[in-house]
Amino acid sequence: MEWANAIIQGILLGGLYGLFAAGLSLIFGVMRLVNIAHGDLIVLAAYLALVATQTLGLDPLASLLIVVPAMALIGYALQRLLLNRTLGDDLLPPLLVTFGLSIIIQNGLLEIFSADSRRLQAGALETAALPLAGLSIGLLPLLQFGVAVAAIAGLQLLSWRTPLGRAFRATADDPEVARLMGLDNRHVFALAMALSLAIVALAGVFLALRTNFDPAIGPARLIFGFEAVIIGGLGSLWGTLAGGILLGVAQSIGAQIDPGWQILAGHLLFLAVLAIRPQGLFPRLAA
Amino acid sequence: MKGKHPEAADRLAPAVTRRTVLGSAGLLAAPAIARAQGAGRPIKIGFVNPRTGPLAAFGEADAFVQENLAKTLAEGIRIGGRTHPVQILARDSQSSSSRAAEVASELILRDKVDLLTAASTPDTVNPVADQAEVNEVPCVTTNCPWQPYFFGRRGDPAKGFEWTYHFFWGLEDVIAAFTDLWSKAETNKVVGGLFPNDADGNAWGDAKLGLPPALAQKGYRLVDTGRFQPFSNDFSAQIAAFKAADVQIVTGVLAPPDFATFWSQAGQQGFRPKIATIGKALLFPSAVSSLGDRGQGLTTEIWWSPHHPFRSSLTGQTATELCDAYSKATGKPWTQPIGYEHALFEVALDVLKRAGKLEPEAILGAIRATDLRTIAGPVKWGSGPVKNVAKTPLVAGQWRRVSGGGLDLIVLANPGATEIPIGGTLDLLR
Repeated sequence: MEWANAIIQGILLGGLYGLFAAGLSLIFGVMRLVNIAHGDLIVLAAYLALVATQTLGLDPLASLLIVVPAMALIGYALQRLLLNRTLGDDLLPPLLVTFGLSIIIQNGLLEIFSADSRRLQAGALETAALPLAGLSIGLLPLLQFGVAVAAIAGLQLLSWRTPLGRAFRATADDPEVARLMGLDNRHVFALAMALSLAIVALAGVFLALRTNFDPAIGPARLIFGFEAVIIGGLGSLWGTLAGGILLGVAQSIGAQIDPGWQILAGHLLFLAVLAIRPQGLFPRLAA
Repeated sequence: MKGKHPEAADRLAPAVTRRTVLGSAGLLAAPAIARAQGAGRPIKIGFVNPRTGPLAAFGEADAFVQENLAKTLAEGIRIGGRTHPVQILARDSQSSSSRAAEVASELILRDKVDLLTAASTPDTVNPVADQAEVNEVPCVTTNCPWQPYFFGRRGDPAKGFEWTYHFFWGLEDVIAAFTDLWSKAETNKVVGGLFPNDADGNAWGDAKLGLPPALAQKGYRLVDTGRFQPFSNDFSAQIAAFKAADVQIVTGVLAPPDFATFWSQAGQQGFRPKIATIGKALLFPSAVSSLGDRGQGLTTEIWWSPHHPFRSSLTGQTATELCDAYSKATGKPWTQPIGYEHALFEVALDVLKRAGKLEPEAILGAIRATDLRTIAGPVKWGSGPVKNVAKTPLVAGQWRRVSGGGLDLIVLANPGATEIPIGGTLDLLR
């Protein structure tokens, strides 16, 4: 029973990691951009939700209606005005720029919101649980897992069933040819970043419902997102979710053996995947 | 005003003591006149504290504390018939121990401070004190339990350190306060321990010097599932173990996000202890109020509160008055570091007043002879567990909602610190 509980909790946690990772995976897939500021953008989304709940009296989940479009807008502007200028043959300039962005966001948030530890409050939902065969499954983690699956399914549909998805894939495969075909890369990249930050908004709100956050917390949470992307396979959306779940389950099984092994077990899985299958478990099929 | 990066911090820091800086600049410009009037060179106190990064909450009161003392500092200190203006050179450790060592070394070698001070966690005070020790500069620190300060720097209890002195409480006080608090309610005496794999968690969970032997001796059964990495996202394993052992008291020393994760998962997974007494995570009212209704009734260690019956030796303010002044100036609830940071400057100025000469040996001698009642309690070296440590009182208490929506921290257990009055009885969690 303890093991069943550990595995279920691990799967639910994996949903959160999947949300952390999906945005990373998307922009890496489309424009080979490694966004070091991803974790800080998650925290920024959490603060936006905090402001929305406090000033408008919204429920944290309802605040998504504001935070998701706001983050998407920020993403579009960020890519169009800043990051597009750094993209080129070299991976390093965008990496450095997002690193700088990470520092700016952290200190900007510190300046505005101070270092206080904050949280989104969801009242009774925070501790609500479903009894299931002797186990107790938290409603909030379940909801968060459902949202992660839905978000990734949505991205997948968008990617394979819509003209925008075709543009994403075409630009990812060969940006030069895509441009020859009349696609505006700058616009496509900006839309990809907007989508990425829309998912970041979901991740931020659920992280802020799950635990406390402060301006400096972003990078510590980001590593699991990167690991989920690598485990699942770069550029693959379902792979990213699978990577997140595997990471979550590895951590909770490790913790069940000994709490000291929780994080280590996740890292070991990550290293094992890198050693045995460096392209990840479910790499994107060549188009 | 917070520094964004080192350069900005350097620029902003003196602004806090604008008046003294301007005053001393004037004096420097006309040294002959100044000397004729009996004024001496400015005394420089270096102060290192985290103002940015993960520990920034500890440095939040910096600007207020120094502004609050500006008038006192502007009056200067009379040494040997001359009035010396006092400057505080505040530096941001950026929550990093290597940065703390770097700014401490700059303060010593470039700014040539007369006295070095630092506060907040081993990550700040240890590297600063180490720099002071190596460079033979007098140093006073606070706001870090004495064991990580002393043993973390490989101190030898028989010899101690030469130049560096510290005042705060220790782990033995936490144990005494927590067990006294728990003895006030009927429980099965089964305690669940949450000790992360960091400096605090390892010290608290230590099998020889930490909570395990002390709790066993007092008849408690400790369920300790082992050290875990800080910033875990999942506490299901610990919760399952606590449920299986019928734990009624939870304790530990956690960062606020870790406790928040644990506490919501405990609620979701049906684990409801009668008492939760947690170190570190519940220090700041903001962290407790962020937990909403589930923050009510949690218990924690209290180093300082508005209810502490002490006064500032510099401004005459009581603890309540200092907290009120902070809330008025910043619009935010009081925090525990305010009292200790104020007390640190009380000690620093008291030492300089008694030094007689502006020389390192004289200042060191004055530190050793300190016997001062500060707003954080009496500070006197010589009677502590080791020669470089002076102990200040520690009590334990409970967070409660007060009418008007705010939170108050009520003192409920005061073993060894009876001068701090008890404010109520322990309410069990529901």
